[in-house]
Amino acid sequence: MTHLPVLQIALPLIAAPLCVLLRHARAVQIFAVLVAWACLGIALALLGAALPGGAISYELGGWPAPLGIEYRVDLANAFVLVVVSALGAVVLPIGPGRRGHAVPPRREYLFYASFLLCMAGLMGVAITGDIFNVFVFLEISSLAAYTLIALGRQRQALRAAFSYLMMGTIGGTFVLIGIGFLYQMTGTLNMADLQRLLPAVQQSRSVHAAFAFLTVGIGIKLAVFPLHQWLPNAYSFAPPAVSAFLASTATKVAYYLLVRLAFGVFGTAYVFGALGLGALLLPLALLAMFVGALAAIYQSDLKRLLAYSSVSQIGYMILGLSFGTATGLTGGLVHIANHALTKGGLFLAVACIVAQTGSSALSDLRGLSRRMPWTFAAIAIGGLGLIGAPGTAGFVSKWYLVLAALSAGRPEVAFAVLLSSLLAGIYVWRVLEAAWFRDPVQSAPRGEAPLRILIPTWVLIGASLYFGVFTEWTAGIAEAAARQLLEGAP
Amino acid sequence: MSAISALPPGTLLIAGALLLPLLRGAALKAWLLALPLLSFAHQLQAPEAGPPLQFFGLELVLLRADPLALAFGVVFHLAALIAALYALQLQDRMQHAAGLLYAGAAIAALFAGDLITLFIFWEFTALASVLLIWARRSERARHAGLRYLVVQVGSGVLLLAGAALHYRATGSLAFGALAPQSPGGALILLAFGVKAAFPLLHNWLQDAYPEATVTGTVFLSAFTTKLAIYALARGFAGTELLIPIGVTMTFFPIFYAVVENDMRRVLAYSLNNQLGYMVVGIGVGTPLALSGTVAHAFSHIIYKSLLFMAMGAVLLRVGRIGASQLGGLYRSMPWTTAFCIVGAVSISGLPLFSGFISKSLILSAAAEQHHTVAWAMLIIASAGVLKHSGIKIPYFAFFAHDSGLRVREAPLPMLIAMGAAATACLVIGVWPQLLYDILPHPVNYEPYTAAHVIGQLQLLLFAALAFALLLRFRIYPPELRATNLDTDWLYRRALPAAIRAAARAQRRLRAAAQTRAARLGHALIAWLRRHHTPPGLLGEPWSAGATALWAALLLAASLLLFYLRTAAAG
Repeated sequence: MTHLPVLQIALPLIAAPLCVLLRHARAVQIFAVLVAWACLGIALALLGAALPGGAISYELGGWPAPLGIEYRVDLANAFVLVVVSALGAVVLPIGPGRRGHAVPPRREYLFYASFLLCMAGLMGVAITGDIFNVFVFLEISSLAAYTLIALGRQRQALRAAFSYLMMGTIGGTFVLIGIGFLYQMTGTLNMADLQRLLPAVQQSRSVHAAFAFLTVGIGIKLAVFPLHQWLPNAYSFAPPAVSAFLASTATKVAYYLLVRLAFGVFGTAYVFGALGLGALLLPLALLAMFVGALAAIYQSDLKRLLAYSSVSQIGYMILGLSFGTATGLTGGLVHIANHALTKGGLFLAVACIVAQTGSSALSDLRGLSRRMPWTFAAIAIGGLGLIGAPGTAGFVSKWYLVLAALSAGRPEVAFAVLLSSLLAGIYVWRVLEAAWFRDPVQSAPRGEAPLRILIPTWVLIGASLYFGVFTEWTAGIAEAAARQLLEGAP
Repeated sequence: MSAISALPPGTLLIAGALLLPLLRGAALKAWLLALPLLSFAHQLQAPEAGPPLQFFGLELVLLRADPLALAFGVVFHLAALIAALYALQLQDRMQHAAGLLYAGAAIAALFAGDLITLFIFWEFTALASVLLIWARRSERARHAGLRYLVVQVGSGVLLLAGAALHYRATGSLAFGALAPQSPGGALILLAFGVKAAFPLLHNWLQDAYPEATVTGTVFLSAFTTKLAIYALARGFAGTELLIPIGVTMTFFPIFYAVVENDMRRVLAYSLNNQLGYMVVGIGVGTPLALSGTVAHAFSHIIYKSLLFMAMGAVLLRVGRIGASQLGGLYRSMPWTTAFCIVGAVSISGLPLFSGFISKSLILSAAAEQHHTVAWAMLIIASAGVLKHSGIKIPYFAFFAHDSGLRVREAPLPMLIAMGAAATACLVIGVWPQLLYDILPHPVNYEPYTAAHVIGQLQLLLFAALAFALLLRFRIYPPELRATNLDTDWLYRRALPAAIRAAARAQRRLRAAAQTRAARLGHALIAWLRRHHTPPGLLGEPWSAGATALWAALLLAASLLLFYLRTAAAG
């Protein structure tokens, strides 16, 4: 029990090279899935331990905190850990795609190894209490993600991965420069320590610069408008399982990191009072919401449509952050889980379609709902979640965002949230219209997608419905986590 | 079991609809018929109140089964069963699912104990019902459905806004009697009014219902507006304002119904007129009037769906539904003709049929409360009902001149559904106590007194005589595409001319505004499209260099912002 925090990271980190040693495709698949499930179990246990409200601190190698690396689990990151590991556990079993299509069977072990590494990196960013360690894990997850995207079936996947690598590296460099400034000013890398030491030096321009570099660097990883340009290509050319996993976790972890730095390390009063970060983020969030949704409306491929919708949904999360209030932060944090479930489920539904038709172009979806009713029922529910219809998880997030906007005295922002939901309605409608009201094309497949993909899809979509009604485990925890962060947990 | 009984009736229909994709053939049909029965059994054993549910710190009551809700629940289930039977031979799974979801949401909305739950199911009915319009899969239906959806969702938004204001003013979300003077209450009244098709808010009804599928219209005619009547009866019983509104509703559609050629649109207008009686009953607000409203809603749902079913059968077999294109169908569709006549005499209020025993309640209640003007107007409107629904529908469809159409009789499930509805009309008409017993307030009322019966018969006979005379002297020409006819010269000369002039002026104004707005809108959409489709700036990913540039710009902006903020503070 005491070693759970380190196991959370060490397990997938060690399992990844073991996958390479194991090599045999089937054995590796079973092994990797078991590891992912174990990670979920550990994350749930950690969340259970963090629920009473305190923070669990774990000193790596027994070195005490300011010098050694500290893992620190409180409600906010336990919540993120559960989301990341749950998505990994649900998505990993569907594998790299149709056999022999994306990855030759004898190289499949590389997919599983990279996937586990990516999971380890993302969870590491969430769990660690050491800011340099954050950078290391950020790079681990990014490098693994580049590899995963490059596994895509089309040749453009390589270009998408490469340009993501370029942009991601710029982001990583910015983060590193920010960390450098902080270390120069305080002489420490431990987050709790930083929180204690920063107020003394926070008037210095170096600290301002550090925060600016960190914000923009994380902004690239988070795909804040206008730094979102890597995202559409990366998500639409990656293998379906990778799109589902990255779309639902990678940007969420970056969001968590920004929240942790802004509220935990630098402090709410400094970031939102003295620096006025809200004034910078609010317009970007609104632009992202509208540009993302509008671009999604005009896409001709379902995967790209969903990718642009992600840009728009990230806008909602940034919007929640930009108010600097507990309600707004609750909305942003709960959207981590809600959007992960909804978008993960939708990308898996795309995987179902691709498995049957080999294409995700909207023109190839015509009339498909008659052949694949379950898949398109999932898309309809997920789509309603993106719009934020009552009864779906998306409604819960938007409820908090609208509430936060109103209590911040910004009714026009609340109105903008509702208006962009209307745009979401349009792009969701385009998909459903094609699938339900058009006559099928001749070459349409005869049957429903294999259960191997359909079951994970419905697990996520079902969860998004469940958490649309019973919000104790999502909104409840997000609310408590937001309160903990605002009270200054590092 | 207890978990199911804590859920409102109707949720079973919604859940059952989700199983449809799994079923085929006979199992599918059996399931479609069993669901309304199962759901009705669910209603019968529903406890009086379900446990409150905590939702975002609000207390929601999903289930509140009081006599008013239960009475509406009975007829909604009956309508769902008849409509499901009518739609049985249909091959379109989506319509089956949409019909069940729609009926389920409408029933669940009846049992909502608070405004938020009501709102959720209110919107759910809008979403599910629009599928019944779109399922016709024609361009017209697509447009009409979209207009319908906008209005329905708009009504839900009004309801939510009203609920929020009401909550702020009173601190309670419970759905009980509301104050129409308060801003929250006024918004909610407006939301109900949109759905109940109050005058000037009514256009969606005549616009959308005739465009729905053959079976879809039967579902539509039963639930949406009657849900609004239920909501009005619960929220605004005794609001005097509703009496003039209701009287207007009984009057103005008559004129349109008489000149309209599309038979299903005629029925949509007469639906509006029937709602007027119920709205008057709610406005009077005495126990007798409210019982009359419920009773009239009950019998109305049945005979109106019967009429829509008959016209649907004609549309199915003939393929068109304009009065001038039909005629003489009694030879080929005798059963449908008979059932249609039962529906027509019911809606006209002929003694021994259901309309008579329910409309009488409202009329007597209005008279008891000395709303003499309203009472007289309703009596006059009754004559109009006979004109447009009671005679026009069966006469022009099945008799009149023989159009030479020889088609097959309606399919068997449709005939059974129509037969069941016709039987219900007759049974209620002959044994009214069956209906009176389920009303929310005990009713001790005898509709079959000599005065009632003779008065009603006089009215009907003279109206029929007028129709016959007009026909004899060829003032009632059925061959015209747009037939403009009524006994009352006032309607024929003054009112139509005024309305037409007003409509022309309005059309001109609207056209002018529309072209301007349309031009602006097109320009805006073209601009957005240019920038958001792939070759445009925002529609396609940029190079890594551009991102680097943006990152640098954003960094510069944030540095500048932080510098300025801290410099200003320091």
